[in-house]
Amino acid sequence: MSVFFASGLVQLALLVGTLVAAVAALVGVFTVLRRQSFAGHALADLGAVGGSAAFLLGIPQLVGFVGAGILAAGVMEVVGIKRVQGRDVATGIVFGLGLGLTALFLYLDTQHAGTSNAAISVLFGSLFAIDAGVVPLVAALSVVVCLIVVVFYRWFLLESLSQDLAAVRHIPVRLTGILFLVALALAVELSALTIGAVLSTALLIAPAAAALRLTRRVGFAILIAIGIGVGSTWLGILISFESYGWLGGAHSWPVSFCIVIVAFAAYLLSGIAVPVRARRSRVAHVL
Amino acid sequence: MTETPVLEVNGVGVALSGRTILHDVTFEIAAGEFVGLIGSNGAGKTTLLRVILGLQPTTAGTVRFGGVRPGRGAGVIGYVPQKVALDPDLPLRARDVVALGLDGQKLGIPLPSARRRALVDELLSSVGASDFADARVGQLSGGQQQRVLIAHALISQPRLLLLDEPLANLDIRSEQEIVELLARVGRERGVAVLLSAHDLNPLLPVMDRIVYLADGRAAAGTTDEIVQSSVLTGLYGRRVDVLRIDGRVLVVAGPNDAHGHDE
Amino acid sequence: MFSEFLINTWIAGSVVAVVAGLVGFFVVLRGSSFLAHALPHGAFAGAAGATLLGLDPILGMGVFAVGGALTVSTLGRRGRNDVVTALALVVMLASGALFLSLGSQYSAEVFALLFGQILGVSSAELLPILALGAVCVVAVVVAYRPLLLASVLPEQAAARGISTFGLSVFFAVLVGLATTMSVPVVGALLMFSLLVGPPAAARLFSADPLRAIPLSIGFALVIVWASIAAAYLSSLPVGFFVTLGSAILYGAGRGWFAIAARRPAAA
Repeated sequence: MSVFFASGLVQLALLVGTLVAAVAALVGVFTVLRRQSFAGHALADLGAVGGSAAFLLGIPQLVGFVGAGILAAGVMEVVGIKRVQGRDVATGIVFGLGLGLTALFLYLDTQHAGTSNAAISVLFGSLFAIDAGVVPLVAALSVVVCLIVVVFYRWFLLESLSQDLAAVRHIPVRLTGILFLVALALAVELSALTIGAVLSTALLIAPAAAALRLTRRVGFAILIAIGIGVGSTWLGILISFESYGWLGGAHSWPVSFCIVIVAFAAYLLSGIAVPVRARRSRVAHVL
Repeated sequence: MTETPVLEVNGVGVALSGRTILHDVTFEIAAGEFVGLIGSNGAGKTTLLRVILGLQPTTAGTVRFGGVRPGRGAGVIGYVPQKVALDPDLPLRARDVVALGLDGQKLGIPLPSARRRALVDELLSSVGASDFADARVGQLSGGQQQRVLIAHALISQPRLLLLDEPLANLDIRSEQEIVELLARVGRERGVAVLLSAHDLNPLLPVMDRIVYLADGRAAAGTTDEIVQSSVLTGLYGRRVDVLRIDGRVLVVAGPNDAHGHDE
Repeated sequence: MFSEFLINTWIAGSVVAVVAGLVGFFVVLRGSSFLAHALPHGAFAGAAGATLLGLDPILGMGVFAVGGALTVSTLGRRGRNDVVTALALVVMLASGALFLSLGSQYSAEVFALLFGQILGVSSAELLPILALGAVCVVAVVVAYRPLLLASVLPEQAAARGISTFGLSVFFAVLVGLATTMSVPVVGALLMFSLLVGPPAAARLFSADPLRAIPLSIGFALVIVWASIAAAYLSSLPVGFFVTLGSAILYGAGRGWFAIAARRPAAA
């Protein structure tokens, strides 16, 4: 254990992992409420388009990631109609095109730089391979996301519950949709860049979905989700660190895998808790 | 009424997670009758319709359909559920929706058949939907969609048609048109109609009998028998006044009494 | 371009296009784009796992695709399909990361599984594609009407004694099978794009399902053929051309739909 915390790599992983997990859990609660898991995952993956394009153009990767994310979010909102099913198809088309562009850029990258590892690192990332220089940027963007959510908390909430209800209260439904997608894009690009697109989706959805099964009070759910997200990240990092040599072989298990499994287990466990609560009270405290 | 009723609901009770949704509901519907199932939101109307359809397990009582227990069979009972969300770009025409009512449970791709087409056309015309038979169903107005869904439910020639709040979200004119349509097709085709609604007034001219649901308990009879202050007060367990103005009926809560509970 | 070596490519691409156009019609109808993304992308992990164990990759893909389909459709029974789909996807992908780290595959192979490498299909690979493709087509034709009814009017379907839950499991497995047959050859990206793009465009052009489905298949075939030719001539990834073609067709469909919707407004 003492070795675990003494390692500089682990300290950095814990720091960035905590930040990213907390922001993802915060945005994730609204993502799950709004049934936009698909968009969340698509945005995480689509950051890769920007990442690979940035590589090609020689601009900073973070700029590419965030730029592509916000652009994709805007296009999704324009293409998608208000209906949930319209969103689904719109996400599918934009996502497909984005992945196609990724394929193209990655291919061009390999032609120019001779590495096809870009695809793998973009997808899976690694908490143990973070450049310490990105920490201030990650922290700054985290603050931006938190600010957006805090300022527009009621809009997001009301619009997630009912668009009609929101419209009656003179909340600009369309603007709320775009604002949320921007917050979502920032949160997932941030985590996709540092920890990979897979882990980004996992930290966005699993803690939030688990928390929303445990309580219907959104404020409370956010706190629980952050707890589960950060807890899973820490436990996953610990397991990955300790797994060196398990199953033979001279390497540890990928940290993404360990965190995803812990977060998924948390989701499954929350399902066991649900029937107990349902018997106690069927009244839903939504607000 | 010596012949077997189309539907006999006897002492039906439903409980979900320990909460009673329906308690000892009993009524009958005779062939060709038009019956209104009246109650406020949450009174258990949808649950009762689902029980009749065999989709909701009961904790007590029996439902007999034409003298036998209803199996979940194709088209013996026509059903128009409450919320039907049809996307505007759904690739289905009104006539496709009606045709699915005829043989939607059968396997294989439908072969072109003149008989099938004639039947669909006949149904479309009998609900007044011929003009928009080839339009995208998701782009029709609420009243037009309702007609198409009624044709869908009727084409398999059921003896009983269940409709869950078909008048909700309709403007007053379409509301009246749908009620008249249902009364007419019910008469012409000898189909009994059980229609749920929270307001009984649009149904007063056509209703043969009423089933009034409140807090999961039901009273059934003619409108005059049931819609009375004494009967509804007993049903709700609190004072309820019935006011009649110009042939319309208003059911209103009386002044709060000692054990009244706010809603 | 039509040499003997490439004949298999044309055949495989065509079979995949037909199946994707057909199954995809219901993917869009049911709003299951996420499933159509998750199964192909998640299933690549199965291929990585199978290679690790020294088994045929298509076996691993099948286990992951069908297993993922069953998980999503049963866990998602109470309406939270998107959450369950996302979680199934990340668990599958994360397992893929584990398998890759345990094994010593070249990342180029993974790249091919994700983004497709259609220019190089062997005759041995062709057989499972044809067989599974036939199974998918027969399954859709047989279940056509109940599937249509349950997708559009689920409550009416249930009232007629159709098991909507059973059908959603059936459909998820169908997408899983279509995935298994196509991904080893054309890649996850291409399959996902074909399952969503052509059907989403086709339904905008025709309101008659029995016309929209052939149209969807036709679109998929045209996209695949044009993409194979373009990829061959430019040596750029085929997945890029497929997604581009899908997006263009969908855009054209939206334009057509907007104009067509304005015209009969007088009626």
